[in-house]
Amino acid sequence: MKDKPILRYNANERTNHWLVAILFIMAALSGLALFHPALFWLSHLFGGGPWTRILHPFIGVLMFVFFLFLVLRFWRANFFIANDRLWLRRIDRVMRNEEEGVPPIGKYNPGQKLLFWTLLLCMLVLLLSGVVIWRAWFSQYFGIGSIRLATLLHALAAFVLVLSIIIHIYAGVWIKGSVSAMLHGWVSRAWAKKHHELWYREVTREDPPDSQIGKKG
Amino acid sequence: MASQDIIARSATTTAPPSIRQQEEVAKLIDTTKCIGCKACQVACSEWNELRDEVGHSYGTYDNPHDLGAETWTLMRFTEHENADGNLEWLIRKDGCMHCADPGCLKACPSPGAIIKHANGIVDFNQDHCIGCGYCITGCPFNIPRISQKDHKAYKCTLCSDRVAVGLEPACVKTCPTGAIVFGSKEDMKEHAAERIVDLKSRGFDNAGLYDPDGVGGTHVMYVLHHADQPKLYAGLPDQPVISPLVGLWKGISKPLALLAMGAAVLAGFFHYVRIGPNRVEEDEHPSAPDTSVHVVDPAVHVYDPHKPGGQGEERP
Repeated sequence: MKDKPILRYNANERTNHWLVAILFIMAALSGLALFHPALFWLSHLFGGGPWTRILHPFIGVLMFVFFLFLVLRFWRANFFIANDRLWLRRIDRVMRNEEEGVPPIGKYNPGQKLLFWTLLLCMLVLLLSGVVIWRAWFSQYFGIGSIRLATLLHALAAFVLVLSIIIHIYAGVWIKGSVSAMLHGWVSRAWAKKHHELWYREVTREDPPDSQIGKKG
Repeated sequence: MASQDIIARSATTTAPPSIRQQEEVAKLIDTTKCIGCKACQVACSEWNELRDEVGHSYGTYDNPHDLGAETWTLMRFTEHENADGNLEWLIRKDGCMHCADPGCLKACPSPGAIIKHANGIVDFNQDHCIGCGYCITGCPFNIPRISQKDHKAYKCTLCSDRVAVGLEPACVKTCPTGAIVFGSKEDMKEHAAERIVDLKSRGFDNAGLYDPDGVGGTHVMYVLHHADQPKLYAGLPDQPVISPLVGLWKGISKPLALLAMGAAVLAGFFHYVRIGPNRVEEDEHPSAPDTSVHVVDPAVHVYDPHKPGGQGEERP
């Protein structure tokens, strides 16, 4: 019983996450192709420049829709709790793989929570600005000033999004066990306790999680 | 034109072929001589094999109503009441200005879709155009249009095909009043200067040449009666510049963003190299509660066998 692994993500959540991930990679590659001349060759992955231009917005909209499902699924778990502030202050220790003085946290650590809200903001900006600069359908309804602003905001939000995802992917590479949690869903008890202790206590019902907040830190 | 004549190319970060010295050309449009006959529009349409739809009247003589993928030049008519209460009919032949610093070329993401020839002509290569419309976003004069037929961008070519073989543009050739002239940019400026002297002598004190510095000068220039108020001429921009938003988007942000993304990937890699992965020791028994740990007093205690009770001090 004690060695039984814990289900961190069910099949629907995993599918949803990877759909968003695949769509993000496609949107990012096609977007980067149009962003910098040095990366225009990426447009060949999509069948050339015109196809890249045609596909990119559809990929983006699809990514947004699936991302919304993820938001609906996970937004509650991404509210900040008391321990998060201390965790963030001790981020240097976290970065060095040190655990002493790092408070226990819930299902998501504050870094993941910041990522979550950053992604949501970026996705919203990308969607709204993307509609404005979508020549084939919507640009005729907007003035040139809005189009210019939207173009800049679109590039800025995409830049922040790509940076965030680079961090997100590296965190998965760095914290062993997290990629498999998203691939097949299960984490070991030791993993859960080490990285998300409050969540671990909650799902194993060892203790009511509230009474434990702040104890370790 | 020979490929050596291309001195700027969209979405290209290295220097294009630029060793040949060529004289810059310019088209000079004298709005003060224009009678609004639209022969230039017809000549443009004939030479370039363009047949736009017959549109609707919106209460002006403008026909079609706007520039389009099949209307590369358009007479724009403005009824202006001057300070004396007299009506002035200001007619401006609108179309690409062929900027020395073209906003369209700066914004275009497709290599070679927009080029600038050594003689100053800015040309679209529809074969490389991807139809994104960034050229429209970049243009300070609102000129390029995307065709709904093929989703390619079009605009006036300054008849680059004619100019390449030593002919003047079709609109110039057809203009019955000599309001449109074509030649080297220097010659056109000289010609304009003479016209302006003439206009000033006739009471147009603000007559002047429109060759805006904000875009590095243009290869289509206007002689205006009211050069102090270009806006009067159907919204000709007073001080056209590539929008700072476009400048930011297509300028410093591009290399910086790429650099930052590369740096983030490298930072991750070296974090892994220096700090290493974070692994869970699976033999750390996860479910042992904290309370089961025995409390051990680490203090050193003196043991004195002669004292009663056998201890130097009480153990906790």
